[in-house]
Parts: sequence; structure tokens; C-alpha cells
Amino acid sequence: MNTITPDVIAAHQLTPSEYEKILKLLGREPTITELGIFSVMWSEHCSYKSTRIHLKKLPTESRHVLQGPGENAGIIDIGDGLAIAFKIESHNHPSFIEPFQGAATGVGGILRDIFTMGARPIAVLDSLRFGPLDGARTADRNGRILEGVVSGIAHYGNCFGVPTVGGECMFEESYSGNPLVNVFALGIFRHNEIFYGKATGIGNPVIYVGAKTGRDGIHGASMASAEFTEESKQKRPNVQVGDPFMEKLLLEACLEAMKTGAIVGIQDMGAAGLTSSSCEMGSRAGTGVEIDLMHVPQREPGMTPYEMMLSESQERMLLVAERGREHEVYDVFKKWGLDAVQIGIVTNDGMLRVKNHGEMFAEIPNQALADQAPRYDRPHTTPLRTAPLNGPDLQSTNLQADLIALLASADICSKRWIWEQYDYQVRTNTITGPGADAAILRIKGTNTSVAMALDGNGRYCALDPREGTRLIVAECCRNLSTVGALPIATTNNLNFGNPERPEIMAQIVESIEGLSEACRFFDVPVTGGNVSLYNETLGTPIYPTPVVGIVGTLPTAPPVGLAFKHAGRSIILLGGLGDPDCHELGGTQYAKVIQKLLYGCPPKLDMDYEKRVQQTIRELVRDGIVESAHDLSDGGLAVALAECSFGDQNIGAHVDIDSHLVPELLLFHEGPSCILVSTANPQKVFEVARIQNVQAVEIGVTLESRVIVRNRGQLLIDADIAELKDSWANALQHLLHDPVLVPNA
Amino acid sequence: MKIGVVVFPGSNCDHDAWYAVSENLHHRAEFIWHDSSSLSDVDAVILPGGFSYGDYLRCGAIAKFSPVMRAVKDFAQAGGLVLGICNGFQVLTEAGLLPGALVRNGNLKFVCRTVTLEVVSTDSPFTHQAKKGQALRIPVAHGEGLYMADDRTLDQLEADDRIVLRYLENPNGSMRRVAGILNEQRNVMGMMPHPERAVDPLMGSTDGLYILNSLLQSAAVSTPALATSRS
Repeated sequence: MNTITPDVIAAHQLTPSEYEKILKLLGREPTITELGIFSVMWSEHCSYKSTRIHLKKLPTESRHVLQGPGENAGIIDIGDGLAIAFKIESHNHPSFIEPFQGAATGVGGILRDIFTMGARPIAVLDSLRFGPLDGARTADRNGRILEGVVSGIAHYGNCFGVPTVGGECMFEESYSGNPLVNVFALGIFRHNEIFYGKATGIGNPVIYVGAKTGRDGIHGASMASAEFTEESKQKRPNVQVGDPFMEKLLLEACLEAMKTGAIVGIQDMGAAGLTSSSCEMGSRAGTGVEIDLMHVPQREPGMTPYEMMLSESQERMLLVAERGREHEVYDVFKKWGLDAVQIGIVTNDGMLRVKNHGEMFAEIPNQALADQAPRYDRPHTTPLRTAPLNGPDLQSTNLQADLIALLASADICSKRWIWEQYDYQVRTNTITGPGADAAILRIKGTNTSVAMALDGNGRYCALDPREGTRLIVAECCRNLSTVGALPIATTNNLNFGNPERPEIMAQIVESIEGLSEACRFFDVPVTGGNVSLYNETLGTPIYPTPVVGIVGTLPTAPPVGLAFKHAGRSIILLGGLGDPDCHELGGTQYAKVIQKLLYGCPPKLDMDYEKRVQQTIRELVRDGIVESAHDLSDGGLAVALAECSFGDQNIGAHVDIDSHLVPELLLFHEGPSCILVSTANPQKVFEVARIQNVQAVEIGVTLESRVIVRNRGQLLIDADIAELKDSWANALQHLLHDPVLVPNA
Repeated sequence: MKIGVVVFPGSNCDHDAWYAVSENLHHRAEFIWHDSSSLSDVDAVILPGGFSYGDYLRCGAIAKFSPVMRAVKDFAQAGGLVLGICNGFQVLTEAGLLPGALVRNGNLKFVCRTVTLEVVSTDSPFTHQAKKGQALRIPVAHGEGLYMADDRTLDQLEADDRIVLRYLENPNGSMRRVAGILNEQRNVMGMMPHPERAVDPLMGSTDGLYILNSLLQSAAVSTPALATSRS
């Protein structure tokens, strides 16, 4: 047996004091297998040890919430006896090491989190961050990572048969050495079909189902909890390999087996595989779990208990069946051609016991692993911020060229190149797919649809993590409201750097508090999520990048969409033309693309006003008063006007404004709480807005094939739609196929 | 009347086809499991989209060996109507029920997009409700949809009026813009686009109804030869 030396402990990324705690909990020295088990369960990735005390601040309850944080996914009630399970998870580190498989298994992992609860996955969205595709030394590599990630997501989701219906994708230098791949999944089921990861019923069999266990992914969870160094490139065997076909079989078999009534608890084998599933199921039920690894289906001979317990082989589940009814479960898995074998039983003493051929290799109280992981109140000072407060003077010489540059920039341009590689229609529920403010899926057999969106903004959060996080919650809720949905609940993925640095920890704390304030205010409680820390490469942290996924419901109806549909309609800007005090473009895409700077503060948010704007647009959409609706976000009013003009109908806008704002602010400011609508019934829009005490400014009319913007008689933009659309539609493809390398940039 | 929808392990548009026939078009539809050696009493068969057996090796290459495909062949030989959609088309070419092959898209990328198809032939049980030359908006979603065959086969298909559907804008590089073809007897059709995804105005198009309604109507008037073969 291996001896436990300080080096061995350090190699398991356990601190000396954490090791002391292990000694105390066990009352003896751990075996090497036990040390491995502790190292994964107490890793940042599994235990949330740096953030747990702060995550407690999040609101988690409402009348809709059936299951909050702590389970494999959150669950909310959507009426008609139906519920949805949803969650977001990151696969950042694996996706940098091996983009295709890293992203593919990220999709696989979150799908299992959904169907282990009994829900059938019906939608995936993803939030992606990469390094710049042009102008950077690493542009080529960034492009290859993007291509790998996108094809990995497509490979897994398309084959599994879940539509990828939306998401977002942005580019910053800080993600060059640390891309972000956050995958959101949502599933549907009836209230009486919900399953939990609990090992209840002393003496019940513990059954292993799905793919065989191999040596892949060992220590993936602890890898995800360390910064990247040059050696990370040597960690390729830590990345798992996904098999979406196996996952599809596992899905069908699990849902069918659940219907037999013989399953009492089930959990997927995610990070730390057999270890996390067995001890978490025991811990939740207050029971023990005893397994003998000789029964585990194995892909290769000679695996040690240490390797089997830490393997992150994909497409596996652990379930507990009612004693005497195992065969009902086996029959279903046999039909689908999958392994299903009893590997242990539920015991009454709360211990995780791991044997191999009868010999004991680990004996640990489940609670010690799942609930007694260290919790740190890490020191935090003021958030890391390198950006200057003041920006340069605004002195654009060609606003139209600025608009075209923005439309062709990687963040704003069409992401069709990405989303056409995803099957966004399979299961025929997709009313609105990618490229919209929010995705909408009908729920068959009801009059209800669900809407969902992901939002994040690393630039805002780099300037002010608290305000930035409040802004992304507001924007995500606005995206849902713009398609007519009432936002109901939130999942979140917190992507940050090294929490052991006080200025990074400060970003985390401020961001969580901002998330808490906004989610409470908009009544979208957090039902779960994921924390990804140590997103640093060679000491350079990513921008703080919380990503929120919010879901809502709306009555099933033809979607309004963002594109103008008919010429001669009134264009109204809900929310108003911008704050007269506003004098800078801090954090905006204009600052990034035109001024090539990050400075100042993110736009100001008035949450109360924002809520009323959202109430207004929901009413207008539901009552069919508007023909199109699109919120202002990246690139402000000018970009929103252009995007509304890119529909198949080729209808643009003639806008004539009376504003004292300087043109750059008027066109490109990203102030929140603004939504652009077109309508044949402007009086009705004014009326609804007046009741909500929301500004509604009629700024122009729709017309064919041009976008024209004047302010106080001055012509700011006068362009053919085709000219604008060309630069927007093809930019990503150009960036990926013809990367422009600028040395020393 | 009853439509059978074959389910291979890895089929993932099986439910969509079933839903379109039973819920949108109000006809009976039932699933047929891949290891079933009989189609029982169905009047037409749909081989749905998806990734049968993971599409490992080649798309449809493993599915052709499944027991149900023996039954599908017998059914087709007796004149029964068989519609292969997407992966179903791939299975039909692998099984030798249709000529040619479907290989990786020209740009090597999966593509999901609503495309415009031209109805080239209405002389088929699958398109007789459409008009010759009519444009249909129907989605495609595939990674391996480039239709490929030798010139002689393509010439023969054209001469026999067996190219039923063509892409107006070719999304995958298919030879002669082939989107759907018939067998010689005109009772088996394979098409890469998904008509079952275009049956409800909420989903953006209802042009898939021209295909599915043609099939349902044709299946309702089944031939005596077919009735005998099923008895």
C-alpha cells in the first residue's frame, strides 16, 4: 500500500490543515483510496468550499420552486401538473485541453443531471467565451478551440436528440488561455415523475447502470480546481471521452425503468464518478452505502480501487432499487443493451464502504465527504480592477463606419455559423430557436410554452462585479419578457479566477451579492448552478464572468420575433432615449470595438424602472399590440435597429430623433431597460406604457430596404440594409477562415 | 389505417414522426422496435431520423442488419410504402432499397436549416398532393446528407423521373441537388429533409404536410398484392 507523505497529500491538492481534518474525522490515517476519495469530494469543484458561505445569500424559494439547490438540478412548477428541471454547468478546463471532447462531455454531464431527476431533456443552450479571433497572437488557436467546442456540442447534442436552441458567445483576451464552456439543459416531466438522488431503504440493492468504467478522467474534479500551468497540457488523459449514443440509450432506459416503480433513488456519476454518486446518495438519505468493486463493469483489466472510485468515465448512473424488484430494472436495461449490475447495498450506519473482492479499501462516513468538507471564509478586499475610470473624448468621424464595424465585430455579429451546426428543432417543440432574444419551446399537450435565455457580460463585471451581475440578471429577465414570457427562476454559473487571491475573492463575493439582490428583486430565485474557480492561466485571471440562465413561461402562440415585418409601422422605444446625465460609454461594445478600451463604469440600472418596462413589454406582446420586439443590449440603439432590419422581409427603419445626447451616446450607449418595438397601433402602446409609468418614445417608422437615423435634422446613418447585413452575417466565418494575424498586438 | 414508425437504438426523430402522424394528422401510428421481425398490420412504414446504432462505422450501416429491416424489405418488395427520412434515407441506401449513398456534407459540418425544395416529380405516392415545380419550405438537419451516385445512376434516376425533390440552394453539396429519390417501383422514398418538422404553423412551415398527407392518402388505398403479402 502506498504511504501518505506530504508530497502525496499536496499532489491531491489537499492542504495540510485539510489533511488534519481528515485524520480527525477518520480517527486514523486514510488509505490511498480514501485520500483520493476525500480529494475529489473536498475539491472546490464538488464542495464549493470557497463559495458556500456566500451562496447562502441567494434567494432560493418562491411559490413556483419545487426543488432548490442541493439536488442534481432545480425544479419548478409550470402548471398542468408539469414541472421543469434545469441547470447550467461548466466544462471550462477540459474544453481548453481537448475542445471537442471537453465540450461534448460537458453536454453529456448536464443532460444526465436532468434525466437523473426523471425529466426528459428538451433543450440545451450554451454560453461560450474564447480569446479574440483576430489581432491576437493566439487568434489561430482561439479559432481552433471555438471550432472544436462547437463541433463537440453539436456532436453530442445532435446525436442524443436534444435541440440546442440558444446561448451566447463572446470574445476577450482574458479567455485566450482559459475558454469558458457553460452548458444549460432543461427537461420536462410530471410532478409525480420526480426522482431524487437518495439511497433509501436499508438492504436495498445499489445498482450500477450504463457504460463501463475505464481509466479516463481520473482527477478531473481536482484538475478543474487548479490553475492552468504549462503542465496542464500533459493532463490530456484527465479529459473524458463522450459517447452520445450510449447516453441516448441510457436516457431511454432510465426513464423506462423509472416507470416500473422499482427505483427508489438515482444519481448520475458526474465529477468523481462512483465516489460522488454513492456518498451523496447515502448522505442525502442518512444511510450508508457498501459496494464491492469486483462487480463494477470494467473496460480494462487491472484497475485499482483508487482508479475505479475516481474514474470519470461518462454515461454511467447509480441507482437504488426496491429489494425484490431488481429484475424489473434489469429487464429494461437489457432491452436497451446496457449493463445493469448490483454492486452493493444500502446500509444503516451512514458509512461509505468500498471493497474489492471482499477486501476493504475505504470506510468513511458519508457525511464527512458530502457535508463536512471544509468551508472557507476566504479573505476578500476590493475587487481586482485594472481599467481606468475615464475614457477618451468622443469624436467619431464616421458613425456609419462605426456601426458597420460593430456589426462585424465578433461579439455582435451573427452566430449562425455556430448554431446551424446544432440541431435546434429535434423533438419539434422549437417555436423560436437560436438568434432571438430568448428561445421558446412549446410543451406538447398544453397551452404553455417555456422560454429561456443565457446572459453574461465579463466586461461589465470586470468594471464592477456587483453592478455587472445585477445588469445581466436584468438583461436575462428582459430577454424573456421581450418574447412575452414571465421570468420564473434562475440557474447560474460563476466563472472566476483564483479565490485564494483576496481581490478575486472580492469579485466573487460582490458578484454573488449582486446576483442575490437582482434575483430577489425580479423574483427569479436561484434553484441551482455551478461554480468554476481557478480560471487563470499563468497568473492571469479571466474577467469575472457570472452567467445566468433564466426560465419563464408564456401561453403558446405564434412568436412575435425581433424583425420588423411591415413597412409604415411606428417604431417605439420603450424605456426612453437615454439618461441626460449619461456622458460616457464605459464597458460598452463601442468602447471595445471603436475605442479599443475598457474603462469607466457599466451602465446604470434602475431595477424598479426595469421591472416596469418588462411588465409593459409582456403585456404588449401577449395582447398582440406589437409586431416586433427586441431589447437594446450590446451596441445599443443603432445595433438593435440594424438587427431588427435583418429579417427576411427586408424592412428597415427611418428614425428621426430629438435628443440633446451626442451622437455616439445616442446610437451606441447600452443603457438597460430599453426595448424597441414596431406597431400598427402606437396609441395602444403609449397607453400601456403610461399605466406602467414607462417612457415610450415614437422614434420613427419602418420602411423598405434602408436604415436611416437622424437627430435634430443631422443625418447620422443612411445605409442600405444589405450593406449592413452583409458585414454582420458573414463576419464570423471570415474571422474563422481568414484569421488576420497582427504580430505584437 | 396505421403507420409504423421504426425505432432503432439511437433513432431520435421517431417520436416526431409519430407525433406528426397521430397528433397533427390524426391517423394511427405505432412504434416498431428494431428487433421485431414483423411489421404486423401497418399500411406504411416510416424510417425516422436520428443516429441508428450511433451511426458508428457509417450512417445506417449497422441498422441494415437489424431484424426489422428484413421485414421492411419484404414489405417494400410486396409494394408497401416506405418513407425514409434523414437517417432513414441513409438506412435505405445502405440496405440497397435505394441507389447511391449519403456522405459527409461538402463543408464537413452538420447543418440545421429550413431550406426550399423543388417538387420535381408528383408521380409518386409521397408527393402526388403537391404540384410539379412547387417550392416547399422544409428543414434539414444532418451531417451526412450529400447524395452521391455514379453518373449512370443519376442519369437513370432523372430518366425515370425518380428524383422527386431537389434543393433550390444546395445545403450539403448533393450531386444534382438531390434531396429525395424513389426506388424503381416508386413505393420507397428517401429524403434528407424532415417533413415531420413542418406540419404545424407554430414551427414555421406546414409544407411537410404535402409529403405526409400524400403518404397517408396513398397508404389508405393499399394494393391487393400488398394485402396478400400481409395476410
